[in-house]
Amino acid sequence: MKILEQFSILFAITFFAEVIKHLLPFPIPASIYGMLLLFSVLCLGWVKLGNIQKAGGFFIEIMPIMFIPAAVGLLVSFQQLEAMFIPAVITVIVTTFVVSAVTGIVTQWVIRYERRREK
Amino acid sequence: MNEFLFNSWTFGIVISIVSYQFGIFLKKKYKSPLLNPLLVSITCVILFLVAFDVDYESYYNGAKYLGYLLTPATICLAIPLYEQLDLLKKHLKAILLGVSAGVLASLSSVYLLALLFHFSHEQYVTFLPKSITTAIGISISEELGGFVTVSVVAIIITGILGNIAAEKICSICRIQEPVAKGLAIGTSSHAIGTVKAMEMGKVEGAMSSLTIAMAGIFTVFIVTFFSDLL
Repeated sequence: MKILEQFSILFAITFFAEVIKHLLPFPIPASIYGMLLLFSVLCLGWVKLGNIQKAGGFFIEIMPIMFIPAAVGLLVSFQQLEAMFIPAVITVIVTTFVVSAVTGIVTQWVIRYERRREK
Repeated sequence: MNEFLFNSWTFGIVISIVSYQFGIFLKKKYKSPLLNPLLVSITCVILFLVAFDVDYESYYNGAKYLGYLLTPATICLAIPLYEQLDLLKKHLKAILLGVSAGVLASLSSVYLLALLFHFSHEQYVTFLPKSITTAIGISISEELGGFVTVSVVAIIITGILGNIAAEKICSICRIQEPVAKGLAIGTSSHAIGTVKAMEMGKVEGAMSSLTIAMAGIFTVFIVTFFSDLL
């Protein structure tokens, strides 16, 4: 499919996601509604993978650079963190470690438990 | 100078992209995990702005357009997820349990640390949404009465930290299943961590993408219970 048509589909879904966000009262961003929407239309076969794969792959490939502007904003908003700097740093480090470990260990345990039971 | 840069919308974009490519170049050359391309590019841009005394506004005036692309890009994460549909169905139970455990671990560890450091209620709720995607995190922090800008800082730093350290954490905890690795990275460090998971493999990337939505939505539902605790 032509690249322009691929982008049209993706931007149309993004727009619908914004409409859904506008209509529903939850604190959930358009990106999450859009993800569910795109996933559903792919599962239903309304949009074929080949119809969006190139443009979608492009977006995902350049995704890291989209975080740079907000992260550079730390430069200005950092002062607000200063007062509780050390507790904040410890909180961020400890919870990141704990969450990764708990999620991974629980998931792996369930997967391996089910695998053993299958045998 | 600032005035010219403020009016040039390409300046912020060029410096962001070039710094990122510099980060990739360094990573290829030295192969150190600390030379994370995202971290290198953020540091380079900050150093550049400080060194040449350029206002953040002048930079952001153009760079914000890169941020606008984040919504369609996040939506596109449904593609790798769809490609792993069979795996998702096969491990549904493990995924649901793993991500629920991760979200509970996130909220309760923030609670325990808040007790330890004698956080005020406002400080506590500021950190509650720190492991989920920025857009949901902002709304939660706002609704619970936290300091929104600090929440954003905490969320971004968490993401970068996950991006750098998640692989190491997985190997320390002997997490070897690709599905478990992907979920671990995504649940702790949302979309910024997912960038790393994508590099690790297709399964890891898809699972990490899934958690951006799942962990975010789970948190929305149970966060009020935790915010009442302190």
